[in-house]
Amino acid sequence: MENYHLNYSINTQPVPQKKKIRRNILFSQKIAPYIFVSPFIISFLVFFLYPSISTIIMSFQEVLPGETRFIGLQNYKKLLNPHFYAALRNTTIYTIWTLIILIPLPLVLAVILNSKVIPGRNFFRSAYFIPALTSTIVVGVIFRLIFGELESSPANMLMKALGLHAQQWTMHWGTGMFLMVFLASWKWLGVNILYFLSGLQNIPKELYESAEMDGAGVFTKFFRITLPLLKPVTIYVLTISIFGGFRMYEESFVFWQNQSPGDIGLTLVGYIYQEGFMNNDMGFGSAIGIVLLAIVLVINLIQLKFTGAFKKEG
Amino acid sequence: MESMARPNTAVKIILVLMLLFIAVIALFPFFALLLASFKPSTELLRYGLNLKLQAHLLSFKNYIYLFQEGAKYLIWYKNSLVITIVGTILSLFFSSMVGYALAVYDFKGKNVVFILVLAVMMIPMEILMLPLYKLMVSFKMINTYWGVIVPIMVAPVAIFFFRQYALGLPKELLDAARIDGCSEFRIFFNIMVPLMKPAFGAMAILQAMGYWNSFLWPTVILRTEDMFTLPIGLSGLLTPYGNNYDILISGSLLTILPIIILFIFFQRYFISGLTVGGVKG
Repeated sequence: MENYHLNYSINTQPVPQKKKIRRNILFSQKIAPYIFVSPFIISFLVFFLYPSISTIIMSFQEVLPGETRFIGLQNYKKLLNPHFYAALRNTTIYTIWTLIILIPLPLVLAVILNSKVIPGRNFFRSAYFIPALTSTIVVGVIFRLIFGELESSPANMLMKALGLHAQQWTMHWGTGMFLMVFLASWKWLGVNILYFLSGLQNIPKELYESAEMDGAGVFTKFFRITLPLLKPVTIYVLTISIFGGFRMYEESFVFWQNQSPGDIGLTLVGYIYQEGFMNNDMGFGSAIGIVLLAIVLVINLIQLKFTGAFKKEG
Repeated sequence: MESMARPNTAVKIILVLMLLFIAVIALFPFFALLLASFKPSTELLRYGLNLKLQAHLLSFKNYIYLFQEGAKYLIWYKNSLVITIVGTILSLFFSSMVGYALAVYDFKGKNVVFILVLAVMMIPMEILMLPLYKLMVSFKMINTYWGVIVPIMVAPVAIFFFRQYALGLPKELLDAARIDGCSEFRIFFNIMVPLMKPAFGAMAILQAMGYWNSFLWPTVILRTEDMFTLPIGLSGLLTPYGNNYDILISGSLLTILPIIILFIFFQRYFISGLTVGGVKG
């Protein structure tokens, strides 16, 4: 307390007017936070809010170089075409598949890897994580070779070893979807395992001990303790998986580079790219973007409503 | 976990075999890439990838092609490095400031700013790539490093992470420093930034990986071969009509390898950087 007074008196010594103002800005606890957050505010206004408004406006326009005119809902009417349906369908089914695989599998693997009796747990954790380090585009090169069309490609050799037929993987809808989902699962499995592992470490051990005393078996404990207590992590993984699913583009690009046979690899983001950049139709591209935005917002809102995530974060 | 207290040996063996099987799937593509990188491209074109060792075919030729005159690989590498390093430094600088302020100060509009951070986090940037492209055209940033970096420089995910971390900083230190006559900015740069080192480590990894691996946005911005980054340059070698495997395979390997080596040394930072949000307490 004494110290405080001492310093206080030093700080309030008369200072020339100009210098005082500068000092005040640097020292003011009122002004400093605004300076600190200003980069975000500027970035938000310029690179988020302005483009958002701009894309909404463009979605009602025909955007040609040098001349732009309003055409009402025509861009949205144009959405009713087979390419858009294919993009929407592919993106949605892809997202659902990644959810079906990338939530239960990592959860179970995390439970196994959390068990002290399993040898080499650190090795497995690291090995599963390494795919997440790679660029999908770059690693896709080797996936194309592994799933090559030739009878002698590794994937087709495996098919034959299993008594199945060799496939032309990138030529059909089903196998094409498999390729994209497989690539994504391969890449993100390890990351999701780590999320669940961190969730498991927060579950108090006493819970399991007292359950054991009550004679609970492995499965009872899993379904009655582990699963309910992992709910927050599961919701988080679900959220980022949906987010990742609907913005998917690279998994498709590595196999087809924007020109898949019969749109089997077309995604919503890919369709925005095709229409906006390749066909130079920014207005129509914006309309696709708005639909994607609406989907993402609705899913976010449903999640917030059902999980009450807002209450926790706020 | 205790729920699997004492599984009998048979169960244990089955579980370990299953884990091994998945590890093989996780690592197999890297092995295949390594093997293919030593094989001549004519072999890959004609017979595809096979897993036989074929010692007589193996050579370092594909790696030599990368450094040949006229090959753009080194230029792409340089572009990727510049964008990654500059972008990461700027992202850390700005995001840490914002996150710190959201955690430490009470000010009017703080909650609004925080909600906006969350909102931006929840909306994929790809949706806005058309208007952003037009904006970059008017900023004259097309085909420049800045065009790639500036729109994603203030990263909401990193802001969020720094905020969570800064919530745990000792507030007493802040008051003590004020009493000693430190300005708010000196407190941040000289006292708090050193205390947030682990957060900087984790976010440096996350941001650097993001820039190194990013593809769609750089594709939109970077137009000439001399400005391409590695993913763009390498993906350009993929065509529906046959691929230029000599550079593609060895080039891909040398794009991935440095990250895996870094991972081995800085595992902890990688893991906390790439699992943002899920790790609480």
